Amino acid sequence: MRDPVSRAARMIPPSGIRRFFDLVQTMDDVISLGVGEPDFSTPWKAIDACMVALEQGQTSYTSNRGMPALREQIADDLARDFGLCYDPETEMIITTGVSEGLDIAIRAVTDPGDEVLVAQPSYVSYAPCVTLAGGVPVPVPCLERDRFRLVPDQLTERVTPRTKALIMNFPNNPTGGVMTASDLKAVADVVEDHDLVLLSDEVYSELSYEQAHVPAATIGTLRERTITLNGFSKAYAMTGWRIGYLCAPPELADAALKIHQYVMLCAPSMGQVAALAALRSAKAEKDAMIEAYRLRRNLFVEGLNRAGLVCHMPEGAFYAFPSIESTGLTDVEFAEQLLAEEHVAVVPGSVFGEGGAGHVRCAYAVSHEDLVEAVNRIERFIASLADRPALAIEARQPVT
Amino acid sequence: MEIMNATDTTLVHLLEENSRIPTPELAAMLGVPAAEVEERIRTLQAEGVIRRFTAIVDRSSSGQAEVSAIIELKVSPERDHGYDRLAERIARFEEVRSVRLITGTYDLHVLVTGRDMQEIARFVSEHIAPMERIRETATHIIMKSYKENGTLMLGRDGGGERQPFSF
Repeated sequence: MRDPVSRAARMIPPSGIRRFFDLVQTMDDVISLGVGEPDFSTPWKAIDACMVALEQGQTSYTSNRGMPALREQIADDLARDFGLCYDPETEMIITTGVSEGLDIAIRAVTDPGDEVLVAQPSYVSYAPCVTLAGGVPVPVPCLERDRFRLVPDQLTERVTPRTKALIMNFPNNPTGGVMTASDLKAVADVVEDHDLVLLSDEVYSELSYEQAHVPAATIGTLRERTITLNGFSKAYAMTGWRIGYLCAPPELADAALKIHQYVMLCAPSMGQVAALAALRSAKAEKDAMIEAYRLRRNLFVEGLNRAGLVCHMPEGAFYAFPSIESTGLTDVEFAEQLLAEEHVAVVPGSVFGEGGAGHVRCAYAVSHEDLVEAVNRIERFIASLADRPALAIEARQPVT
Repeated sequence: MEIMNATDTTLVHLLEENSRIPTPELAAMLGVPAAEVEERIRTLQAEGVIRRFTAIVDRSSSGQAEVSAIIELKVSPERDHGYDRLAERIARFEEVRSVRLITGTYDLHVLVTGRDMQEIARFVSEHIAPMERIRETATHIIMKSYKENGTLMLGRDGGGERQPFSF
């Protein structure tokens, strides 16, 4: 039989931490800081609105672009909160999570052989989606010394005549880094000079703790070449509902819409109903969750630093990204041994691409009690490393 | 306490959610020294903002049965004192968990607990109903509690099956 699997499917890497899953299955007291989702349930008003809609039989397809009322509400909120104006009729698509938005956006702009810059560390799907679209992902590191921001020098070094687009995500998963207006301006200059399309994943926009989030499309004339992606999963604790949205100028939105029509038809109708209810009536619940994340962040980062890891204060999202280099272990070794010995699950930073090695991602969207216990276990783990210097030194030997 | 600042407001909110969070953890969350947290809590107590640290108990899970009743009272207000003197007299009984002045058909809303229904009936008929100025009472036995002080009493939330890892 000839090879039944496509080259593209072969080319994309499998999940980097499959064996971690297998190890977790053997334990019953794992504290997982490995999950990129809120520990809260969706605000009840959204759930209740969805149940009412289901009882009324609202179970049909919606318009391809998504329910008009939801698009109008999103447009109003973006204009009010960020001064970001999109026409809900021609410049917006409700997507099945930001994941689908990313996929159709990447496919809408990428020709075979096009290079797409991917600011890393990043969410794991960007580069594989570029590959699946026939493009060539080009990692651009956001370094700890730059507070995990994207700086123009790193970009210009990697731009070639084949470069078509840049994908970035701020506030960032996994680093918690954010971009100020002036940081964005510097990136905008490079993007415009080289005539690139910008794909800006802003799903953590509500989770910006020190300053108001600045959408990339509000900078200079970036709007005309930017696809903004956002969704309800993080801010409204709605991961399982799979509702996101894509905003772009009509030409780009139309291109994405064609792909969306063929592969998705429309986002789930019940999720759209819940998302609309969340926007209209769950602001207090959302704000309370964000305040809880901020306080947990303070608690957790203080605990990590006390435990002996170097951790910058993440300004957004709900991840801490401590350096574990002081332990002498690689990030994969650290994560494996921490899980095996103390039953705390974290994600090795190298999974998130360039600039991630030597760090681990810890999601602090877990209960107060679990966070405190996780810090205790991490502290004990690091202390145990000090008692076995031979191991640590061995781990530091270069591979020959 | 004239005005609570932002730190006090957050501190009170945290303690309302969970009054057993150790001081060092509160300090880390608020970004202030532990000694300052202690001092703020002392001040909040002294000023009467924080009245008491307590626990929310689900009697149906504790195995120690207890009966509660809501008693609504129609009251003739007193010249110069309105409802206050009578309400305070009622509030001083051990059996009384809360007393509130309300709008609507009745004037006072009283929550009473006892070991069983007889005890509540006796308490109401012996101590509350005969009070002067009480014109009418309506007693509602609480059959089941679904939420107390903002805490659901529905058994523990399943929360679905969270994956150990996602990106």
